[in-house]
Amino acid sequence: MIGLVPLQDAGGSIDERIQETLGPIADRVTSIVFYGVTVGGVEVRLIVVWLIAAALFFTLYFGFLNVRGFTHALDLVRGRYSNPQDAGEVSHFQALATAVSGTVGLGNIAGVAVAIAIGGPGATFWMAFAGFLGMSSKMAECTLGVKFRKENPDGSVSGGPMYYLSRGLAEQGKPGLGRTLAIMFAIFCIGGALGGGNMFQANQATQQIVNVTGGADSPLDDLRWLVGLVFAIAVGAVIIGGIKSIARVTEKLVPAMAVVYVTACLAVIVGNATLVPSAFVEIFAGAFAADAAVGGVLGVLIVGFQRAAFSNEAGIGSAAIAHSAVRTKQPATEGHVALLEPFIDTIVICTMTALTIVISGAWDDPDAPDLGGVSLTSRAFESVLPWFPTVLAVAVVLFAFSTMISWSYYGMKATRYLAGDSPAAENVFKLVFCVFVVIGASLALGPVIGISDSMIFLMAIPNVLGLYLLARVVKQEIMQYRAKVGSGEIVRTK
Amino acid sequence: MSYDVVVGVDTSEASGRAVRLACQLQSTELVGPVLLVHVVPWSPFSFATPEENERRHIERQKEIQAAESQVLDPMLQIAHTSGGRADTAVRHGDPVEVLEDIAREESARLLIIGRTGDTGLRQRLFGGLPAHLVQSAPVPVVVVP
Repeated sequence: MIGLVPLQDAGGSIDERIQETLGPIADRVTSIVFYGVTVGGVEVRLIVVWLIAAALFFTLYFGFLNVRGFTHALDLVRGRYSNPQDAGEVSHFQALATAVSGTVGLGNIAGVAVAIAIGGPGATFWMAFAGFLGMSSKMAECTLGVKFRKENPDGSVSGGPMYYLSRGLAEQGKPGLGRTLAIMFAIFCIGGALGGGNMFQANQATQQIVNVTGGADSPLDDLRWLVGLVFAIAVGAVIIGGIKSIARVTEKLVPAMAVVYVTACLAVIVGNATLVPSAFVEIFAGAFAADAAVGGVLGVLIVGFQRAAFSNEAGIGSAAIAHSAVRTKQPATEGHVALLEPFIDTIVICTMTALTIVISGAWDDPDAPDLGGVSLTSRAFESVLPWFPTVLAVAVVLFAFSTMISWSYYGMKATRYLAGDSPAAENVFKLVFCVFVVIGASLALGPVIGISDSMIFLMAIPNVLGLYLLARVVKQEIMQYRAKVGSGEIVRTK
Repeated sequence: MSYDVVVGVDTSEASGRAVRLACQLQSTELVGPVLLVHVVPWSPFSFATPEENERRHIERQKEIQAAESQVLDPMLQIAHTSGGRADTAVRHGDPVEVLEDIAREESARLLIIGRTGDTGLRQRLFGGLPAHLVQSAPVPVVVVP
């Protein structure tokens, strides 16, 4: 349908027109969601406080299970507690890998660069710290995701916040509230799928393609919508056309690219080993003694926390949808496994990206804040591995693609929940999803980041509220499981 | 009930010959109960899309039904026509590991498999199922050509 519009007219290019129409809407939505109060001269965004407070609460409430449960989580993923009778079902590893490929995406490459460009190296520390706390909220939501999932008549499963909010709160005698929160979550989830799960990904992948084909001189610079259209066709082939082979190839390539990416980070870090101590000094010093330009310590903390939340999605509720497909009799097992997700995503991969950017000094370039996103990360790598931007472009495209596929699934599950399994509604969502790929590719980074963050963070409002209301249920579930493991009632099979 | 002989089967003709050999041994009363096993190749460490995960339970059921009707029923037929009696099982996993595990669990005296399957490059690179089993099985292995 985009193709029917004349390519050029008096009003400017398609890109400019999309920009003009949607830019102000994006700004408006952003200003509402990211309503902030000024504390000591720094604007504190309430939504970020909301997420961090939940992560901190569950870390304390569970008595640091994110540390105590860590080795058990690894044992579960390695299949040491798997029942041999369940061979052939979805394993803990598979549920984790699927959820991770939905979260490891551009947040880890572009988001980190944005954080450092705005908040300086100190943002890294707060990002990793937020990832550490986020392990606990992720554990809570994924335990609930499995506990309250619904087995459909055909034997498939549906899980996630929609179900634990409606079914979990109904058990607590609050069916009305549960249903309301579930509907709110589902609506925001559709928004999040179209925003952070789609537009942001399409935008940054397109940006990187333009960069490696010549930057501002690239013939594709004025044809971003066309790049978006190609993406949209590929996404549509998978989600509408049901061409599984594309999805399968992506699912296999993404872990490979993640390994390539981390290896490249290590190459930069090891290649500049002498700079590593000073990079850490910059990160710690920046975290606790930031300059006033970014709003002091509180300003840096907020930047770091915000990017971490966007990257690992702890408290957002999205991962609970992916994790709930696992086959297990004990929901707490998946909770344990899920705590590895923010660890892999934020503490390992984001920190790697951050070190690369800090070590290369790219963040300190005068134009760094304007560059932002993938472009900044790309420059950091280029300083050590001149050929790497091309590889990064491939990685970015693949990460973006797999994240879009995962989020289209989240959005589809939300649509299905709202529309009561109506296939028509599902198809409308899939079509809209593809259209938004083109829009995301055409817009500038600023409005896209704004709208993406807004939609994803809105999901946290009903989700976290539900987590608090179900906190005792989760804790009981996890503690009875750990007691059984401790007493030997649940034994290792390998 | 534990089984004296475990036969790993697929749809190949060599599998049929493996089943016949098991039944011949049974008829001499050298060995007792026979178990025919088909392993659906599967790994807990593979990657899947969310949709695949959601439907995995159903797909697994279908795979088990397909294995029963397309592999085990014909093999059972061969056993009956050879005058033998056998039970059947479908498992998911790595064929070598699963066959070894079953042999161990059942304290089987013999593992029989047909020599088939992989040819060419794959055979050379990975050595094929019989070669792996011969190398590492906990019980004697008979490979039927």
